[in-house]
Amino acid sequence: MAVFFIALGGPARFTALLATGLNLLLTLFLFARYDQLIGGWQYVREMAVLPQLRLNFSLGADGLSLTMLLLTTLVSFAAIWTAPKIERSPQLFYCCLLLISGGLVGAFSSIDLFFLYGFHEIALIPVFIMIGIWGSGDRQRAAWKATLYLGAGSFLVLLGIVALYLSGPAGLRSFDVRSLLEMAQSDLFHPASWIYLLLLAGLGTLVSLFPFHSWAPSTYSSAPPSTAMLHAGVLKKFGLYGLLRFVLPLFPEAVTQFSTLLLALLTCNILYIGYVTMAQRRLDWTLAYSSVMHMGTIFLGLASMNMMGLSGAGLFMFGHGLSIALLLALCGALKRRTTTLEYHELGGLAKLTPRLSLLFGFATMASLGLPGFTNFAGEVLIFFGATATAVIDHGSLPFIVATIAAVWGVVISSIYMLRAYRAVFFGALRETARCAAVQDLRPFEFLPASLLIVCLLVTGIFPKLLLKMLTLAFS
Amino acid sequence: MLLADLFYPVNPLYLEFSVVLLGLALLVVEAFVPGCSKKALALIGVTGLLLILLATWLPWQPLDPSMASAHFYTWDALALFFKRFMIVMTILTMLMSLPFVPSIERSIPGEKSGSGVGEFFILPIFACASLMWLVSAVNFIMLFVSLECLSIVLYVAITYFRNDSKSLEAGTKYLILSALATGFLVYGIAWIFGTTGTMSINELSKAIAGLPLSSLTPLLFGIGLILVAFCFKIGAVPFQFWLPDVYQGAPTPITAFLSVASKAGGFVILLRLLEQLYTIPLLAKKMSVIVLALAVMTLLFGNLAAMAQSNMKRLLAYSSIAHTGYLLMAVVSIGAPLMGMAIQCYLAAYLLMTSLAFLVLLIVSQKLSNDELYSFQGLHQRSPFLACAMTIAMASLAGLPLTIGFIGKLFVFEVALQQRHYGLVVIGSISVVAGLYYYLKVVRAMYWQQPSEGAYPIVVSKKIGCLIGALAGGIVVLGIYPAPLFFLFK
Repeated sequence: MAVFFIALGGPARFTALLATGLNLLLTLFLFARYDQLIGGWQYVREMAVLPQLRLNFSLGADGLSLTMLLLTTLVSFAAIWTAPKIERSPQLFYCCLLLISGGLVGAFSSIDLFFLYGFHEIALIPVFIMIGIWGSGDRQRAAWKATLYLGAGSFLVLLGIVALYLSGPAGLRSFDVRSLLEMAQSDLFHPASWIYLLLLAGLGTLVSLFPFHSWAPSTYSSAPPSTAMLHAGVLKKFGLYGLLRFVLPLFPEAVTQFSTLLLALLTCNILYIGYVTMAQRRLDWTLAYSSVMHMGTIFLGLASMNMMGLSGAGLFMFGHGLSIALLLALCGALKRRTTTLEYHELGGLAKLTPRLSLLFGFATMASLGLPGFTNFAGEVLIFFGATATAVIDHGSLPFIVATIAAVWGVVISSIYMLRAYRAVFFGALRETARCAAVQDLRPFEFLPASLLIVCLLVTGIFPKLLLKMLTLAFS
Repeated sequence: MLLADLFYPVNPLYLEFSVVLLGLALLVVEAFVPGCSKKALALIGVTGLLLILLATWLPWQPLDPSMASAHFYTWDALALFFKRFMIVMTILTMLMSLPFVPSIERSIPGEKSGSGVGEFFILPIFACASLMWLVSAVNFIMLFVSLECLSIVLYVAITYFRNDSKSLEAGTKYLILSALATGFLVYGIAWIFGTTGTMSINELSKAIAGLPLSSLTPLLFGIGLILVAFCFKIGAVPFQFWLPDVYQGAPTPITAFLSVASKAGGFVILLRLLEQLYTIPLLAKKMSVIVLALAVMTLLFGNLAAMAQSNMKRLLAYSSIAHTGYLLMAVVSIGAPLMGMAIQCYLAAYLLMTSLAFLVLLIVSQKLSNDELYSFQGLHQRSPFLACAMTIAMASLAGLPLTIGFIGKLFVFEVALQQRHYGLVVIGSISVVAGLYYYLKVVRAMYWQQPSEGAYPIVVSKKIGCLIGALAGGIVVLGIYPAPLFFLFK
């Protein structure tokens, strides 16, 4: 497992591509070799770090983390492949991308909360640097906003983790997810519910849960496409992963106790942000807000707390990660050609760029949850899971409202995605200079996007590939 | 036989004596060996200190309690750790002074070139010896004498640049305020002696326990005065006014020494004193309120004031105040099982990251001969290596994970949570986010902005490069695998 650490030897484009490619193959290999009969954590490697705190550096993978690892390596590979020629210090660019990606791989394969948290934080400074140097628009503000929001959010998570650690019985305290769960099951361990709120606020900030979402749109629209792909596609999923990994299993009572709060917030995510998304007049802002909105649906899956909802959330995380990365990559490609993303300045590009518009069409369909794509399977499972919980709860009103909102959210997202698609690619071709000499996608843009689409289709048509793994993790 | 008697079991007092002897020997060599290169002098000093550092692992025996010196000098784990700490910091200061030689030569008026450089290397050795005494002091007299020794060395070192008005101003400020603090200290000691009749810190709690309630007020008055003196040393708000000016004016290696070693010495005494006072429940309550207030003020002031700084040295000065705040957070939580470890760990982390930051600052400011934040602009293009090292230092100071600064912060927040100081933890969290802002300001300058005057590269010599690499590597490696650090605490 230790091979996951990427050597930053000669970090030019080729090395970066090679490293992430190898990583992808390795993950696929691990994915295939995972023994589904046994389940649980496999490939575990441990090393004692601080015996005084019972802190171990332990790596391993189970169904959930393997799914996330697959997502990480896929998106990193595509993000590096699709990066255009960098004018200013390319070494630094690829170094930063690799650092983000390596940190995520480390985070998703850590069993120990300390390192789970630590690896995630590696991304903070590279993202700051990347937005600042290669970003667009009001990039300085966006970089500060994202960094301070995420820094504060992760600090809350840290406090939550330390409090969690301290609430264990002395002598048995541990950062290890496995032993924490064991302790919780054997009634040795009763973390207070304020820790749950702390962790929810912290992880919620990382996932852009309403009302901590305002960093996300500006970040995604200002960051260079590759960074935005990694950030929106994978980094943001870290918060959800944290919730799934240790928060929900450790606080079953607190989750039910505060479920109304969570449901209210996620309904805001879906409806409020959904309508905000509809009001956007620029492609990048539409995509950025849509990614915030979809988090609400995933949260609904988490809140349902049953097998269907949770594995649906896992599946949707995977699908959404791929589809938003795909959309952002194409959006970046479009911007390089037209230098603008305002709807009123674009239109009719389908004639000039058939390949781009075809891929974008696929991405749109994936994002709004058309059957055949992973997102559809995920969303359907989430709705079923949420409805099941609502029924078991004797028709708990907040659950019903939130589920209806989420289903309505699908309609909202169809509206804005299709409208965006129409505004950019159909209608009359604007006779502005910007749209006059637009070329179609080149291979370095076309191939990674197709790779992502193929993955979306494969896991969409055969969701069982992933679902088997996910259900193993949640059983 | 005789030799074995002489050295085993050895009296630990020899450690300090050997440091002083080393300093004296270097002075003699400097004065009487003509043509002795200053660099060789520094290297002899560093080698000597390294040998003494190794010697701390010898099986020293605690002093025989019947000996007179045992009433003054203790040999416990805390003292041992901080003796090593002081030696390491002195070595780093001397190594840092090597690339600083051109600045010294420029600022010292002398007939021949290189005059006055030798002493600059030797002064920290004497400061080191007095700090080593200080961390072992268990008697107010011993404490006072070693503190004065230290202060006198620092007065000279801070005003070392006699041509530079800033250095002189810093020295004067330090002289006056430090003298004032010393006055408070002596006066406080007098009051405590007057009420309890003992000069020993170790017997303080026993003496206080037998006191009538009426003598509590004079006792508290004395303790308050002593606290003022040590808050001055560690730079806790509201006794921090000297810090930014002195840090800015003093020669950079001395600033680093002041910021790390002198602060650590103050914390050791604070710990020894408070540990005694906390055994009396009535005093414990009062003390914890005072220290809590100090911690809150220091955290807020240090972090919020640092956000507005545009001079790198002043920024580091305010950041040093902020770190005092975090350390005080741990001090408030006295009684938590890991409290001592938290403070040691934090200070060790602080040593590495502050030295690295000052070292990079020193090299960059040598090229532009100023230490404003804008001289860091575009450093990434002028020297990716330095920019990377500085980013690591800043990440560690900000407490980002996988650096040693994070381990320190983790411990501090853990002990604070364990003692249920929730309000303090909230203030601490606000300061961490504020800290993220001003440390990232440096990162922004290095990466986002274009260099101000033509991007000519900064060449770092191999030796200094190794030193920077070792410090940066230490920060990251110990941040991931801190076990070696804890080996030192045993």
